[in-house]
Amino acid sequence: MSAHADTHAHDDHGHHHKETFVTKYIFSQDHKMIAKQYLITGTIMGVIGVLMSMMFRMQIAWPEEPNVLFEALLGKWAPDGVMDADIYLALVTIHGTIMVFFVLTAGLSGTFSNLLIPLQIGARDMASGFLNMISYWLFFLSSIIMVISLFVEAGPAAAGWTIYPPLSALPMAQGGSGMGMTLWLVSMAIFIASSLLGSLNYIVTVLNLRTKGMSMTRLPLTIWAFFITAVIGVVSFPVLLSAALLLIMDRSFGTSFFLSDIFIQGEVLHYQGGSPVLFEHLFWFLGHPEVYIVILPAMGLVSEIMASNSRKPIFGYRAMIASILAIAFLSTIVWGHHMFISGMNPFLGSVFTFTTLLIAIPSAVKAFNWITTLWKGNLQMNPAMLFSIGFVSTFITGGLTGIILGDSALDINVHDTYFVVAHFHLVMGISALYGMFAGIYHWYPKMFGRMLNKNLGYIHFWVTAVCAYGVFFPMHFIGMAGLPRRYYTNSNFPLFDDLANVNVIITIFALVGGVVQIVYLYNFFMSIFYGKKATQNPWSATTLEWTTPVEHIHGNWPGEIPHVYRWAYDYSKPGHDTDFVPQTVPLKEGEEELQH
Amino acid sequence: MTALLTIIVLVFILVAIWQMVKIFDLAQARSENTQVANDKDNTLNGYLMMGFLAFIYIITIVCFVKWGDLPLLSNSASEHGPTIDNLMIISLVIIFIVQTITQFLLHYFAFKYKGEKGKKALFFADNNKLEAIWTIIPVIVLAGLIIYGLNTWINIMGVDESEDPLIVELYAQQFNWKARYAGADNTLGKANVRLIDIDRANILGLDESDPNAQDDVITTELHLPVGKPVLFKMRSQDVLHSAYMPHFRAQMNCVPGMITQFGFTPTVTTAEMRQNPDMVEKVANINKIRVENSKPLVAKGEEPLDRYEFDYLLLCNKICGKSHYNMQMKIIVETQEEYDAWIKQQKEFKNSLIN
Repeated sequence: MSAHADTHAHDDHGHHHKETFVTKYIFSQDHKMIAKQYLITGTIMGVIGVLMSMMFRMQIAWPEEPNVLFEALLGKWAPDGVMDADIYLALVTIHGTIMVFFVLTAGLSGTFSNLLIPLQIGARDMASGFLNMISYWLFFLSSIIMVISLFVEAGPAAAGWTIYPPLSALPMAQGGSGMGMTLWLVSMAIFIASSLLGSLNYIVTVLNLRTKGMSMTRLPLTIWAFFITAVIGVVSFPVLLSAALLLIMDRSFGTSFFLSDIFIQGEVLHYQGGSPVLFEHLFWFLGHPEVYIVILPAMGLVSEIMASNSRKPIFGYRAMIASILAIAFLSTIVWGHHMFISGMNPFLGSVFTFTTLLIAIPSAVKAFNWITTLWKGNLQMNPAMLFSIGFVSTFITGGLTGIILGDSALDINVHDTYFVVAHFHLVMGISALYGMFAGIYHWYPKMFGRMLNKNLGYIHFWVTAVCAYGVFFPMHFIGMAGLPRRYYTNSNFPLFDDLANVNVIITIFALVGGVVQIVYLYNFFMSIFYGKKATQNPWSATTLEWTTPVEHIHGNWPGEIPHVYRWAYDYSKPGHDTDFVPQTVPLKEGEEELQH
Repeated sequence: MTALLTIIVLVFILVAIWQMVKIFDLAQARSENTQVANDKDNTLNGYLMMGFLAFIYIITIVCFVKWGDLPLLSNSASEHGPTIDNLMIISLVIIFIVQTITQFLLHYFAFKYKGEKGKKALFFADNNKLEAIWTIIPVIVLAGLIIYGLNTWINIMGVDESEDPLIVELYAQQFNWKARYAGADNTLGKANVRLIDIDRANILGLDESDPNAQDDVITTELHLPVGKPVLFKMRSQDVLHSAYMPHFRAQMNCVPGMITQFGFTPTVTTAEMRQNPDMVEKVANINKIRVENSKPLVAKGEEPLDRYEFDYLLLCNKICGKSHYNMQMKIIVETQEEYDAWIKQQKEFKNSLIN
């Protein structure tokens, strides 16, 4: 296959491509440019998502108090600066949608799969550059539609990011379930198409375009993670697409897939025989794998960055791959733990409790392997390394409470409370975000040929790290006290009055944590132009992407694609002068290849 | 206003940080400036890692001390409640131990092995024994939790019809709750939203021809006799709702088009719970807060907040629309005699219809 890749490269790339502004920066088919496009689109969506969370956090802490920010940003939805209850739910909904799909799926996976798969496996580009371009532009289109949906007259979708019908199906149940929900569904359908095209491309590229010597067991863990993520995406995203299509049919064409026996606003609707529980099954069949689609790439990035910055091989390479495979497999049979109290048969609840708690085992293996990777290392505390360590910390803290939520008996009382919010934000929200930041700090030189400012990086990390715990740790406790999520205000429940001060503390941490991201944005955008020029291999890493020139060229390597002779983790290997041996260095005579 | 001020202050702090970093960079300019961590960075961040470990421990302790023993966590009011609470406490203890140890190892290693020029890391790629250890230990712990958890779950969800539970329907609509008691026959009459006739006050869509429906009683408050098993049948007329009764460790979704169920036995009456020392303290604290919060209201010439008295509550815990945040029903657990007296005062369905 690699031979084919070489001839292909000589036909297409190298000498005779004349690039215009449009083909280079806009309709680019170059994976490196597409990665940057994903990253910048994801960043813009991320800013919108975080701003929304800061607004609804202010409403929770200071309920129904006038706020100039609301007046300025929400317009008619904040008469006299007081946030409206409908827009509160809309903000919560769109925040969830944007962060999960647009930032942590497309922004994370889209950026780093595109950037690193060809570079780290030794390919000139993705298997299909054209599909790759289409994939990005579909994502861009879906982002635009999602943003447009914010300006709909009756309000954007507001049924929660899980859009359970009938609430999401009936415009009379909620303003946001009209045009806002239609646009949400259209946007998501396009998003899924984009994601599927991307995933297929990643899978084909990893399987077919590896350079000579790059066997599957020599792949960096990043590639393993992206590969398995793509497989999960291909398996589960179509199910969400089908759910979305059936919901569109129910909404617009009078079918009854998810609706039955409804009396609303004084009239009986014609729907008969459907069930909202069916929708929950379809949604979570994607929804749960989705959290692994979000977290696995972050795990891959962190594994790579930790090994490189510890100047040590990743501990238990094969166990890491095995645990990725185990997590991927289990992720498709645990969705029911979101539905213990949905009215499904309690026996199913037992089965899902069993499979869910099993996931803790590969997760524990990964966590211990990361910790052992640090042991007796020579840790280079670059910002990327700090975010990787932060990732392991929040992944453990957030993951551990999963054994409470995954336990059906315990879930009864904490289901849909702030305990859940705390859990998933730490384990997949913050962790995946840390993974993404780690990746950006680490591969920024590869993307832009310049370095990010490390001191700004340190400030960014430490303030973010403190705020992340400050926001989500106390949240577990108000959840255990029974405070439901998605309440516009708790003032109708004197029962919760003693939790109000906790909410204020959480909000202050959230505001500081949100605002400090400006430091990062400043660093990111300024460094593109004014950053310190990067050297070819600034982190002294072993993987193939650091053998390409700093200046981007079509086809990645000016000459032949390098061959690979060893695994990606020969750091501090005895018998070598340097503390890293690139994958392109042939084994010395009598040298044993260690990869297991 | 406070929010705006906070934001302005934050922006100023940020500007200050930028300026400081600029100075820092300029000061470093003469030495090597590669933006790659040097020994000084490694040392500083290594110490900060230990500081961060301390921060995690402190926030854990503060949370547990200040908010860890909420009356909700230790005073359940149903027969199965203590089994959930025990399992919860066991899980929390396991989590606490694992969290404390792993966070220590992670941050301590980050501090201990912070990089130094010229140092070489240990080439340690693999160890099957270690992998086996941290596979098997979680397997054992989780096996225990799974067995305990499933046992508890099956006990809670299994309905023992032989105990002759009191049958009560919980009926959800945007944005309030109704309860329907089955009457003397303890059998709920047939119902469907298609039979709703607002003009005749048949608001829950009962089948008027069903003999079982005649003695049903519809109320807006949920009264339960203490010590008697109750089996709730949940219905919703419009969107998903969730009947959440946190004090009883009970929750079940209400799904349009189907009937879901959840059963429990209340063990503590409302009057007894109001006397519970933990609850007395909590209520006193809440009232102190409410008095404090009333001051600005009174200053503006508005009514002060009502005094809070403890009551069990049924909350909606599944997003259901605009007023989701205020969809509640009072639950009163009382002695059998009190309950009998109350139910006798309620109108039976056949007498509540408007002809």
